[in-house]
Amino acid sequence: MPAKLSAQHITMTFQRDGKSTRVLDDIGLEVGQGEFVCIVGPSGCGKSTLLSTMAGFLSPTSGAVKIDGDAVTGPDPRRIFVFQERGVFPWLTVEGNIDFGLFRLPRPERRRRVDHYIKMVGLEGFEKAYPAELSGGMKQRVEVARALAVNPDMLFLDEPFGALDSITRLTMRGELLRIWGAERNTIVFVTHDIDEAVQLGDRVAVMSDRPAKIQQIVDIDIPHPRDLSSPRYLELRNGIFKQLGLAHKV
Amino acid sequence: MNSTAEPKNWEKLFWPVLACALFLALWHYSVVWTATKVFPSPLAVERGMAELARKGLLWAYIGDSLRRVALGFGAATALGIPLGLTLGWYPAANQVVNPVLQMLRPISPIAWIPIAIILFGIGDITATFLIFLGAFFPIVVACVSGVSNVPSMFRRAGRNFGLTPPQLLARVVFPAALPQIIIGLRIALGIAWLVMVAAEMIAVDSGLGYLVIDARNSGKRYDLVVAAMLLIGVIGLALDICFRKLKDIPSVRWGFRHES
Amino acid sequence: MHLLPGPVEVAGGIADLVRHGLFLKYAVASLFRVTWGFLAAAVCAIPLGLTIGWFRRAEIAFNPLIQLFRPISPLAWIPIAILWFGVGDLAAVFLIFWACFFPLLLTAINAVQSVPAVFVNAGRNFGLSLTGLVYRVLYPAVIPQLITGLRITLGVAWLVVVAAEMIAVNSGLGFLIVDARNAGNRYDLVVAGMIIIGTIGLLLDMGMRSLEKVRSFRWSYSED
Repeated sequence: MPAKLSAQHITMTFQRDGKSTRVLDDIGLEVGQGEFVCIVGPSGCGKSTLLSTMAGFLSPTSGAVKIDGDAVTGPDPRRIFVFQERGVFPWLTVEGNIDFGLFRLPRPERRRRVDHYIKMVGLEGFEKAYPAELSGGMKQRVEVARALAVNPDMLFLDEPFGALDSITRLTMRGELLRIWGAERNTIVFVTHDIDEAVQLGDRVAVMSDRPAKIQQIVDIDIPHPRDLSSPRYLELRNGIFKQLGLAHKV
Repeated sequence: MNSTAEPKNWEKLFWPVLACALFLALWHYSVVWTATKVFPSPLAVERGMAELARKGLLWAYIGDSLRRVALGFGAATALGIPLGLTLGWYPAANQVVNPVLQMLRPISPIAWIPIAIILFGIGDITATFLIFLGAFFPIVVACVSGVSNVPSMFRRAGRNFGLTPPQLLARVVFPAALPQIIIGLRIALGIAWLVMVAAEMIAVDSGLGYLVIDARNSGKRYDLVVAAMLLIGVIGLALDICFRKLKDIPSVRWGFRHES
Repeated sequence: MHLLPGPVEVAGGIADLVRHGLFLKYAVASLFRVTWGFLAAAVCAIPLGLTIGWFRRAEIAFNPLIQLFRPISPLAWIPIAILWFGVGDLAAVFLIFWACFFPLLLTAINAVQSVPAVFVNAGRNFGLSLTGLVYRVLYPAVIPQLITGLRITLGVAWLVVVAAEMIAVNSGLGFLIVDARNAGNRYDLVVAGMIIIGTIGLLLDMGMRSLEKVRSFRWSYSED
């Protein structure tokens, strides 16, 4: 089956004050239809840059990204980028936010989708609430619902749970997997948290430090729900730790 | 800030009332003790206001002042917001226009008075024009600032959902900038109110500012002078309070953190 | 619109003023009034504002009065000023004082109230007395905001001096504008006066901005 997303020879060089920094170095990655791929790497290695390039917000210095065979030239509602909960629009209610991308659809359809996705992310009762009244986890759900409402082919998530406390993070991971199980979008998920990557992804791409390359792509062959104390999980996880040269003891 | 406990509810009424009462008493008794013939006591001021009301001038003057402010401020808003949004949206345009704005801005509307009188003569138009000038620059500056402070994340999200640039401006940038625009409008209104007083003193023959000068010039009616001053204070305050209420509208409330 | 003078005429007007020695004389007169009124206001308003801002009850008590007086344009005080001080320098200085008083008062109140509670608590935690707290925590914390407030208020003072001089005295740049028009329709001098006013205002503002840049005051601008 042809890949949904195909990134070939992506190189990204930034110019700043006359100095040029090569952030991404000849990166290649393929993502299949309906796959959940995680990209993991140390802070500042360029994961977000890579994600932005794949979503069309940045143009690579060389190389190309193709989705469904077509070159990516700019942002598109078929591939929605989910930021941390700061991306939620504070002047709109929960309903208003989720409805945001649906302006081309007829009213009854918009209503149906908003109701469906509010239920899906578990925010019934909060339709008319404003983001300022919600917790971080709830705001994140609003953003996910907003992204899903336009039924995108692909979702790009850039450390979406980074600002949440660790307990909420665990809950949100479960929620995301549940939603993905139902909707089966293709997901590319960037995180610096190795555990998170191994818990969520079908495959994990491990990036090196700048200039970043993909060091390794790990197949996570454990079915969901994943037992976090199973030997296979720990083995895969430790493998990535070692790949990144990280110690096992604090 | 002080470590003593949060003041109780009754105190929130008690202290201001006490302060106002002391102030009035101080005023009244200084007039009495210095036996001044000219400076009015609080009672004299009140009687002066009643007299104006009887003559029908009170509401006429208040109406005139409000009308000029409404027109001048309204025009400044109608012209300033689109201009400010455009300048904020197109940094290139801003680079061209900004130096001109920066040069014109420090010139007080009051210094424009002679030019305004040359152009429009003595009368309503001059006063309204000056008020317009006073309000225009803060509004434009606030709009430009508001637009450039919209987090780029919001713009990205808007583009991601397929919004065209005009849609982006209307559905993302403008609502995101609105709190700052409202702050600018509130400041501009305060300035407009001040300029109104100055403009009316010099350029017209009705209104509260005019009353301040005229009451003195034609008969040393200081009771009317002070009455006019108090009216200026009260109405100006009322206008400001109206604007402060705007902050509570839910779709802008997010932009204002706790404010006293 | 041939009444409006062109740049050449205006330049000629400025040269005229310089030749008659009026340029310096008027500019100095205006600056003199601004300085005295501004300093007097700063000396009165800032300590008062810091105190009111610190004690919650004081703020509650005085707030209505402050809010009532604030919208009253300083120009509306002109008749009272003339009544109390007669036509002359003192009246103009009084008007400038009054125009600067409220903005500075409000700035000081605001500055004290925006000192993050964590700073005050840290100070108390380390056992500072009240005086210590004021000198070592509050004062450095409020200085940046005070300086910005001083800069903005100086701008206001400059505006007011022009207006006050138009009405209440017989020297200075504001007076120049009014007089040049009344005594002979010298619009070139009018515009010249406006340009000088604008320039001096700009220079004052730039001067204050450079004060903001002084290293020890800069901590609160690190966000930029």
